[in-house]
Amino acid sequence: MRSGRRMNKSSRDVYVFIEQEAGKISAVSLELLSKGRELAEELGSRVCALLLGHRIADLAEEVIRYGADAVLLADHPELALYRTLPYARVAIDLVRQRQPYIFLLGATPLGRDLAPRIASALRAGLTADCTALQIGDFGYGGKAYTDLLYQIRPAFGGNVIATIVNPQMHPQMATVREGVMRMGEPDSTRRGQVERIEIHFDEGDLTLQVLERKVWPPRCNLKGASIIVAGGMGVGSREGFRVIHDLAQVLGGEVAGSRAAVDAGLVSSERQVGQTGVTVRPRLYIACGISGAVQHRAGMDQASKIVAINTDPSAPIFQIAHYRIVGDLHEVIPWMIRAYRENAK
Amino acid sequence: MAYNCVVLVKQVPDTANISGKAMRDDGTVNRAALPAIFNPEDLNALEMALQVREQHGGRVTVLTMGPPRAAEVLREALYRGADGVILLSDRRFAGSDTLATSYALKCAIERIDDYDLVFCGRQAIDGDTAQVGPQVAEKLGLPQITYAEAIQSLQGDEIIVQRAFPLGKEMVKCSLPCLLSVVGSANRPRPPSAHKAIAFKLAATPLEYPALLERWPEFETEAALDCYLAERNQKIPVWSAADIGAAEENLGLAGSPTKVLKIDYVVLESGESKQVPASPEGVSALIQELVEDYIL
Repeated sequence: MRSGRRMNKSSRDVYVFIEQEAGKISAVSLELLSKGRELAEELGSRVCALLLGHRIADLAEEVIRYGADAVLLADHPELALYRTLPYARVAIDLVRQRQPYIFLLGATPLGRDLAPRIASALRAGLTADCTALQIGDFGYGGKAYTDLLYQIRPAFGGNVIATIVNPQMHPQMATVREGVMRMGEPDSTRRGQVERIEIHFDEGDLTLQVLERKVWPPRCNLKGASIIVAGGMGVGSREGFRVIHDLAQVLGGEVAGSRAAVDAGLVSSERQVGQTGVTVRPRLYIACGISGAVQHRAGMDQASKIVAINTDPSAPIFQIAHYRIVGDLHEVIPWMIRAYRENAK
Repeated sequence: MAYNCVVLVKQVPDTANISGKAMRDDGTVNRAALPAIFNPEDLNALEMALQVREQHGGRVTVLTMGPPRAAEVLREALYRGADGVILLSDRRFAGSDTLATSYALKCAIERIDDYDLVFCGRQAIDGDTAQVGPQVAEKLGLPQITYAEAIQSLQGDEIIVQRAFPLGKEMVKCSLPCLLSVVGSANRPRPPSAHKAIAFKLAATPLEYPALLERWPEFETEAALDCYLAERNQKIPVWSAADIGAAEENLGLAGSPTKVLKIDYVVLESGESKQVPASPEGVSALIQELVEDYIL
């Protein structure tokens, strides 16, 4: 039995909220455009980007290049700096008028502030911090729902993976962690439509004022990283460390090093993992050319999965590794990069 | 000018310290083996509210929604200085997602009625969603200030708050009433006071009376115990769905648009390890496995 809900093509649209700060689009928004494209193609619908701000019309083209079919542009002085209520007002009005099927936002501080406000007003289901999104079916209450958004996220302190669906209330809303979806290459031949949105604020929408805002550039965030690629003395040289950076970048992870690698100047000290450095608990820790002294292991043995690459089969790191690769990291890492590009999402 | 504060708190399983004992062999979590704790950032929210009271006067009321056992965090709130606590508990709340939870909390806060500020922790460690604060604010029609780290000034009906993000700070000005979700870096929550722990040592909800009667048979009836505790300001009120005038269709599973389709357990196979051939094919199979397991 199919769901009673009949949908025309436009009501299956995938909306992506574009987060921008001072005219620069955040990486997660571009990643979501790529993912949104995939979902929309599976659903036979369009990707629409919500671009809010002031004097940001020239960003629309970039949004189209990364996968949007249409850009809904809300340009207004009151939207110059992000504030919850004016942004929520624009998004809520748009969703009410146009009834998208799916609405995705980045799980950034901004996205995690805005998405629940919108979801509450629309009485829509919202799943936070998704790490994967898929289209699939669901039977519930004697009804079969087809082509729902599977919202997949770690839960319970990362000890379980939950798949959530919103069968009845649309849009199906989700925030997605930065770096988990692959960002597609921009396509400068893509064409899309840009539509300026009319905006109406109530007095109550403007009650909060931003007095001051400071943003600093990202430094490394080993503690919060879900994927870490670490190098040790086995990497050999500073140039050799390039492959560690390459792998980390491709996987969306952080670079780390053993104390020996830090002492040898291969990597900066703020990236040192171990008893005298940072203790990390990533989802995945790839130890490259690290022998695995106790002091290093103390800083990383809580990782959910450990992959060790070392030429020495008797290296202690292999005792705690879930996956052991006895080989030369300068061969193995390029294979990994290639395999990931072929396999990922 | 005095300010009345409502603080939303949650009792959570201590997911940060899952030991071997709490993990079953099949990878499932044995919740019963986990200690239940006061959600850490909710303690920061309570501390911020207590500081408002100390500087400006007013009342701090702590509200939690949960099973009867959640009275434990309310007692802890009393020991830390709350003026009043309320347990929102009803079988009809079971299975609520963040939207249904926010609705119930909104109804309860409306019943408390006289408030200037609502505080909550940024997020709870069992779900990490950070959704309930903004959703409660939306349902109450209040502005929200998430990631609140410090109150810079509170004067008349105007508050200036510093917000803290991993990569930035912001100062915002807002009119009252409003809701603040508080980050862990905001303050160091005061410990429970021995004096207050003695003052509230009998504090209990009516849901706990049967167990108390076993310990103190001299009371004979629940009514006698209730009268005794109420007179001494030791009775923790329990509000049901009916008490807060909540519409049933907005509660529990019926009021929750999100449904859990399935839960997969992450099996930690310590001691178990796989040899991966050092070849392009071997590495490719490994990457594929990691992608399928949501590790990559």
